[in-house]
Amino acid sequence: MEFKTFVFYFLSAILVFASLRVVTSRNPVHAALYLVLAFFTASGVWMLLQAEFLAISLVLIYVGAVMVLFLFVVMMLDINIDRLREGFWSYLPLGSIIALLMVAEMALVLGGSYFDLFENAVPQTGIAESNVQAIGRLMFTEYVYPFELASVILLVGIVAAVALTQREKRKTKAVSPSRQVFVKAKDRVRVLQMPSEPRD
Amino acid sequence: MMIDMLQQLLQGFFGPVYPLVWTVLKIVLIIVPLLLGVAYLTFWERKVIGWMQVRIGPNRVGPWGLIQPIADGVKLMMKEIVIPTGSDKGVFLIAPMFAFAPALAAWAVIPFNDTLVLANVNASLLYIMAITSIGVYGIILSGWASNSKYAFLGGMRSAAQMISYEVAMGLALVVVLMVSNSLNLGDIVKSQGQGMFAARGLGFLSWNWLPLLPMFAVYLISIVAETNRAPFDMAEGESEIVGFHVEYSGMAFAVFFLAEYANMILVSSLTALLFLGGWLSPVGFLPDSMFWLFAKITAVLFFFLWIRATFPRYRYDQIMRLGWKVFIPLCLIWLVVVGCWMMSPWNIWK
Repeated sequence: MEFKTFVFYFLSAILVFASLRVVTSRNPVHAALYLVLAFFTASGVWMLLQAEFLAISLVLIYVGAVMVLFLFVVMMLDINIDRLREGFWSYLPLGSIIALLMVAEMALVLGGSYFDLFENAVPQTGIAESNVQAIGRLMFTEYVYPFELASVILLVGIVAAVALTQREKRKTKAVSPSRQVFVKAKDRVRVLQMPSEPRD
Repeated sequence: MMIDMLQQLLQGFFGPVYPLVWTVLKIVLIIVPLLLGVAYLTFWERKVIGWMQVRIGPNRVGPWGLIQPIADGVKLMMKEIVIPTGSDKGVFLIAPMFAFAPALAAWAVIPFNDTLVLANVNASLLYIMAITSIGVYGIILSGWASNSKYAFLGGMRSAAQMISYEVAMGLALVVVLMVSNSLNLGDIVKSQGQGMFAARGLGFLSWNWLPLLPMFAVYLISIVAETNRAPFDMAEGESEIVGFHVEYSGMAFAVFFLAEYANMILVSSLTALLFLGGWLSPVGFLPDSMFWLFAKITAVLFFFLWIRATFPRYRYDQIMRLGWKVFIPLCLIWLVVVGCWMMSPWNIWK
């Protein structure tokens, strides 16, 4: 067996195990940590495919930022696992239909390219240009409008989230730093000169 | 020449597994001096702060107190690791490793001179940002797994701080890689060795710190906040608040301690590479060498110790305000300014 194949099966085994633990583990924080492991291993698999930019971005964005915030939320929540499992059997039919749909979709996309059913398969990048440069060039020339559109949608999301938290009047008291820096010592302290009095 | 002979010897001895052995040897050659550096950085910090406060500092163990860090290490290893009741034992013990491992793994792509680098990958800067962003897990998990409210709040506090400053730091780095036209740390250093001043033998004026001075300032302050060092040491705050590692003792605590100092050395070397010209010599008549890199790293490390002895601790809301409301807008504006500058006829980075 080639070394690369061994690495692939090694990573895949970890990936499958971690993904299973994400849905089966009883502790939500452990589930989130297994999801981190799954992301990290997936990035390793992408690295094997020589998609180094995507692999590093996966770690940078999902592991480094998204999952940290996710852990924040999960740790704060008081999750009662038994109450979550109450409606398991009644939700099962709907859930399995969605799962089957997703499997079918993935089978179409992945199987199609595997059996050469698509006209133009994924082009082999034999160019000397590095991965990052190639993606950057495509993103800012051919796909510039979709790219900008996606960034505007994200910006709207950010603004909306901020606006939702700022709807009510602020209840907490806070000092305004802009006023704070203009404070001078004589506004706060008055130094009095008092002559000492002789004792009787 | 000696290296060639050694390589041949090893090749003959190990046969097919030779590349693996050679790589492991190179990793050991980086890690061991790094760990020694971490140990002696703690010693140097105590000495420097001692001098600044007109004290003597450690001077009892060995000549001039030089064995002090070893003695500290032995003491910490002898201590018991107390695991609190009701804590999540597995996560509790993994958390320090999460904090420490990224600080070591990032060294894989740090170049020491033109040719001396363990892995010369194209996207090395991106790799460093990705790997170092994992360090925050150590803090957040140790806070949660300790099963203590103080540790939990401390973990939340420092994790929020680290994430905030990562944004400003990342934006400052975007400007650097824009002007160097590369994500490779070696190429970023090389691109600083050319320009109007470098041609006249005044190389240090061509390095990124001068044309990108606002970004240099943002980066320098952000790395202090990112490594949770004074005056931004909300993680620890020895004197008034309690941090994420209150429940840790013995070697488990020491690993957090090592992680902090290893991270300091890492971000200092990044500053040296990105803004201070790496291994390039500051003046034309002296040769480039990796000793320049070490001298620059030492200078940035001294800056860390200097401000720790100088400034009082920031309040938490002030830290967050500085990160979000001052640094990020400044970085975004400077990004546009540099972009316009590069498109104008006065572009100096061709």
